[in-house]
Amino acid sequence: MSTHSSGETWSVNTQGAVNVSFDGRPLVAVPGQNIGAALVSNGITAWRSTRKNARPRGLFCGIGVCFDCLVTVDGEANQRACLVEVQEGMEIEGSCADRGGRA
Amino acid sequence: MTPIVSADVAVVGAGPAGLAAAVAAAESGAAVVLVDAGAQPGGQFWRHRPETVAPEQDGRGHHGWPTYLDLRARFDAARGRGRITYLPGLQVWMAQQIHPVQGDDGGFTLRTTPTAAVAALEASVGSQTVVARRLVLGPGGYDRQLPVPGWDLPGVMAAGGIQAFIKANGILPGQRFVIAGTGPFLLPVAANIAEAGGKVLAVLESSSPTAWLPHLRAAAGVPEKALEGAEYAAVFARHRVPYRTRTIVTEVLGTDHVSGVKTAKVDAGGRVRPGTERVYEDVDVVGFGWGFTPQMELPLSFGIQTRLDADGSLVGVVDERQQSSVPGLFLAGEVTGVGGATLAVLEGLAAGTAAAGGTVSPEKTAARHRRFAEAMHLAHPVPPAWQDWLAPETIVCRCEEVTARQLTDARESLGARDARTLKSFTRAGMGWCQGRVCGFAAACLGAGPGSAPTVESLSGSAKRPLAAPVGIGELAALETSDN
Ligand SMILES: Cc1cc2nc3c(=O)[nH]c(=O)nc-3n(C[C@H](O)[C@H](O)[C@H](O)COP(=O)(O)OP(=O)(O)OC[C@H]3O[C@@H](n4cnc5c(N)ncnc54)[C@H](O)[C@@H]3O)c2cc1C
Ligand code: FES
Repeated sequence: MSTHSSGETWSVNTQGAVNVSFDGRPLVAVPGQNIGAALVSNGITAWRSTRKNARPRGLFCGIGVCFDCLVTVDGEANQRACLVEVQEGMEIEGSCADRGGRA
Repeated sequence: MTPIVSADVAVVGAGPAGLAAAVAAAESGAAVVLVDAGAQPGGQFWRHRPETVAPEQDGRGHHGWPTYLDLRARFDAARGRGRITYLPGLQVWMAQQIHPVQGDDGGFTLRTTPTAAVAALEASVGSQTVVARRLVLGPGGYDRQLPVPGWDLPGVMAAGGIQAFIKANGILPGQRFVIAGTGPFLLPVAANIAEAGGKVLAVLESSSPTAWLPHLRAAAGVPEKALEGAEYAAVFARHRVPYRTRTIVTEVLGTDHVSGVKTAKVDAGGRVRPGTERVYEDVDVVGFGWGFTPQMELPLSFGIQTRLDADGSLVGVVDERQQSSVPGLFLAGEVTGVGGATLAVLEGLAAGTAAAGGTVSPEKTAARHRRFAEAMHLAHPVPPAWQDWLAPETIVCRCEEVTARQLTDARESLGARDARTLKSFTRAGMGWCQGRVCGFAAACLGAGPGSAPTVESLSGSAKRPLAAPVGIGELAALETSDN
């Protein structure tokens, strides 16, 4: 059985860095993270806007079911940020109307 | 041309059910192919950080990790012996039956496509076609959602999605959380957040603990659940996590991101009790979970017999060997009824053994877990009055941005009473997710206030011509190969 007995918080080994870009701007991610986690941990929680009402979207289901988190990765459109692991040099693009993260 | 992999038994899903099925089938002597959308084994329950960067993992935040390690060792051993071909990172987008011809007992074909079409991913393999005599489906499920005003704001996540985020990345998606919905699953989510250093402002459970009273016998049958419960209680006490029952989120506040939530107390039917409203401010993540929806499109594509489970979900009917109404097609895990990982493993073992032609003896443990799951569903129902929580402008279908008003108008003025008809009138369920997220809610809205959806309505929403989005190239290739 697990774990919840220690009381200390998790200490995950997050050594090393992966350099990626988001909408042309450099971001540092942790090896093994998915794109969604890399964006959120860099303070970007929305990276797409909806077609009809231009509403911001980011992660929702977290497991590849909802398609809210779509990004373009190295020129491939419509990839799910919650499923794709960051790789060195990856170019990630969102499709926000205002190109912004969270204000 | 897509490469073809053939085997005695094909398994879809490497979660608790599929992993167990593959291991059991291989150990019973079958040649097995396991296809899974994930990059590594584990499914939702045993999702973990990529083994490429974290080869040693202690199972922190997991339950039943020793069971996983045992299955994984047997899985790796069977792969080593060449008994299991493992195809990770591939989604099955179509499954078909090969009808028996003289001297041949038929079988199944699976068409697959990469989960991510990203060249930089080392693990990515090209599409494969799988052909097998028997098929075990263990595709699991996803969080069931009930829309409320503001649930489409960034920062609102599925409760399981938060759990998956933590398990896959080892970090949190925010700092200050409110977790809401119903069911015991809210507890491990909140506990993991607190243990990972996040602040859980509240866990809001729509049901009441007294709802368990009629089901104590079933609960007592699975003592490990009580232990797990005690463990969460200790975590909640240590991190001062308030657990409020008969309470719901009535609105998520914020303009471009979650900033807070409005909550209220509800009665046993889910009706808001006036004067009990309260606001939580400074919230950056809200997690919603109303149980789970089994992923039924692959089983439904074979026209299997289905039923409504105690939680109102559409599930497949199976016999004691986990065989569906289609001979040679076995189901295990959430698609036979949401019942948790322990039950999924037991079902997977039975399905894998049976698919390989082995004998399966009736399982007392599985029966106990099924009774527990039923009790859990009855104690944590979707509140009948939930449709009253919607504002007319609340988005129900997130993809096509269809509002509650559009759906109720289609019901009232056009007589659209099931999810499929609602879809054709309003486009709800027609977007990228193909109604996975809004399907249950839309079916409820079609049924009308206080009513639960029928098998027909849920089947209509869960029948999807393609089980995953697929490139034009693959569709074109299918045309050619079938001509
Ligand atoms: C996001 C999430 C988080 C959860 N976290 C917890 C938790 O912390 N604690 C808990 O008690 N319960 C949790 N649950 C419930 C628990 O996961 C299930 O009870 C259990 O995993 C069921 O096992 P399974 O094998 O049926 O399905 P799953 O574990 O869901 O495995 C199904 C597998 O099939 C794959 N798959 C599905 N469709 C296809 C396809 N078309 N092609 C290829 N592969 C496919 C999926 O990628 C997945 O790997 C969670 C559920 C979800 C959805
Ligand atoms: S968050 Fe739902 S698909 Fe990525």
